[in-house]
Amino acid sequence: MINPNASTILSVKNLTANVDGTQIIKGLNLEIKSGEIHAIMGPNGSGKSTFSKILAGHPAYEVTSGEIMFMGQNLLDLDPEERSRSGIFLAFQYPLEIPGVSNRDFLRVSCNAKRKHESLEELDPMDFDDLVYEKLELLKMDSEFLDRGVNEGFSGGEKKRNEILQMALLEPKLGVLDEIDSGLDIDALRVVSSGVNALSNENNAMLLVTHYQRLLDYITPDYIHVMAEGRILQTGTKELALELEAKGYDWILEGATV
Amino acid sequence: MSIEVKLQGHELTDAEVNPTIAASKAQIKVDRTAYLTDLVKLRNPEIPDWMQQTRDHASAIVQELAIPSSRDEDWRFTDLSALLATQFKSVTEPSALGFEQIKSYMLPESVNSRLVFVDGVYAADLSAVDDLPEDTLVGSLAQVQEFLPQVSDYFAKQPGGEEVFTALNTSSVIDGAIVWIPKDQIVNTPVHLLFVATGTAEFLIQPRVLIIAGSGSDVTVVEDYVTLNDRAYCTNSVAEIQVDNNAKVNHIRIQRDSKSAFHIGKTAVSQARDGQYSGIAVNFGGAIARHNWEIYSNGEQTHSQLLGLSWITDDRTSDTHSLIAFSKPHCTANQINKCIADDKSHGIFNGRICVPKLAQQTDAKQLSRSLLLSPKARIDTKPQLEIVADNVKCAHGATVSQLEDDAVFYLQSRGIDSESARKLLTYAFATEVINEIKVDSLRTKLQEMVRSVTEA
Repeated sequence: MINPNASTILSVKNLTANVDGTQIIKGLNLEIKSGEIHAIMGPNGSGKSTFSKILAGHPAYEVTSGEIMFMGQNLLDLDPEERSRSGIFLAFQYPLEIPGVSNRDFLRVSCNAKRKHESLEELDPMDFDDLVYEKLELLKMDSEFLDRGVNEGFSGGEKKRNEILQMALLEPKLGVLDEIDSGLDIDALRVVSSGVNALSNENNAMLLVTHYQRLLDYITPDYIHVMAEGRILQTGTKELALELEAKGYDWILEGATV
Repeated sequence: MSIEVKLQGHELTDAEVNPTIAASKAQIKVDRTAYLTDLVKLRNPEIPDWMQQTRDHASAIVQELAIPSSRDEDWRFTDLSALLATQFKSVTEPSALGFEQIKSYMLPESVNSRLVFVDGVYAADLSAVDDLPEDTLVGSLAQVQEFLPQVSDYFAKQPGGEEVFTALNTSSVIDGAIVWIPKDQIVNTPVHLLFVATGTAEFLIQPRVLIIAGSGSDVTVVEDYVTLNDRAYCTNSVAEIQVDNNAKVNHIRIQRDSKSAFHIGKTAVSQARDGQYSGIAVNFGGAIARHNWEIYSNGEQTHSQLLGLSWITDDRTSDTHSLIAFSKPHCTANQINKCIADDKSHGIFNGRICVPKLAQQTDAKQLSRSLLLSPKARIDTKPQLEIVADNVKCAHGATVSQLEDDAVFYLQSRGIDSESARKLLTYAFATEVINEIKVDSLRTKLQEMVRSVTEA
């Protein structure tokens, strides 16, 4: 929801970034306020996944100029774990499998890292179980998920649900969802979307990075940004997505080069 | 498998070039042979009659051999010169230990199915075998032949007995552990064979294990090497396991010898038709540790599973040489060997799988995964597949890696700092093997042990 008086959560100005010496992000500007849902769309190789990883602090990407302010602090000063504890959450396009660590232990360690940061008491396994069972319901996940290795042998849909489960536990200020819809069948997409909708509120913001209009049938964004060549070329409301669906990206890309 | 002494072939060439080098090399050869002969002299002369012939035969083999050097293909990466530099002694006066000293190693699951050996000598007062089905026989090998004469049909009968350290063990044997499970007997209690090294002197300890699982039987045996102190003693163990038709043996071998000790261990398994062998080998100890793990599949439809984990630190060496030798059709095997090498340590894995013409329809998988935690650590890993049969599935793979940056980042992005993330991933790498241990207290204990190593 758009509220002109809402506080700014994320402010990106003139961001440029390299990977292995090649410039991928070429002057990106974006402002996200509390309560808003933004979607970044764009063709393959436009830099949208790169941008989401930069927000989370992936070491492979080097920010060469510009700034990212998150909740009033310079995000680029923070390590990835500090960003997470301060309230940035990246749902991975390809969540990693960690056999040997149970999902339950992983979620608890992660949840407690955040609580410690907020000077809250860490949860013991019993209290944590109460919390996690409540969140499992939201994502229609069976409790046996907790006893399996992190993402080990999970289907594509199960991995994505597990990402949203983590977001539900960590309650971030900004959820960055990188292609959360890729590889999902329609039922899984519904579950994941309704999870995201349930978690979205006036005190946080969501940034969806997606390739497909279909996700936006389930999660209604306040703003849509079209990204190409490492920049945002056009910003609009949800109607823009329909236009993109009908006409493709070319008209925007052509317009930008003129 | 035999160990060749290849030094001789080089002497002539060296003599032509430089007689001094030739002389010093000849000296090494003499040393390695003489050293081995000296080790045989440490044996106890009191021996049960029924073992005499076997022991004499092994002594004759040992006389022809020497301690292997890096010129022997099977010992290419494992340098035994530190062993040669150590003067070992025999255990003349076995230490009397109390329960207090071994308490932390005892398994609640095996309170009444436990044999304890202290520096290789059977400790009847620490052992208890009241909890086993009536017809099973778990006890001291030396005393058993009287009421179980068949035991001599199995003792020292596994292939590979002419290998130098196996022959050394057999040439010196006076006792050992016997686990005899009769036909169709299901033993629910794990049998714990606890080999305690007092670690107070440079003892040469030569444990011996004989496990015979009669047809249709099912048993779990934990072969456990522990130490109370950290002197540079030497454990040279041999375990022979016979899996009869349709029998199932779960074998868990834990090597937690002293970090200054030498550990050379042999596991030789023969499987008859439909026999299942499931082995887990965990190696934590030893300055130089070597495990020769040999599976001989002698019948159709056998299944063998081998899971190995070595975790080494400092400048220690851990070497696993495995062999899975098929001989009949329709057999399966699954092997995963993992090694974690930190500091300047050196991990070695050589996984040989033989599939002769007769062994059609074999399905064998081998995976070697190594984790290097330090830039100075070293791993040598080698699959050695010898396949003659033309209708088989044999898959093998080997990875040597550092912790994956993406995996570390994934954990960091969930608020876990990079050091904790690395520890957690290392722990996970190790526990993938440990989690397969079906004896709860042992699994938990090893998980804690791994956790404390990662936290260190």
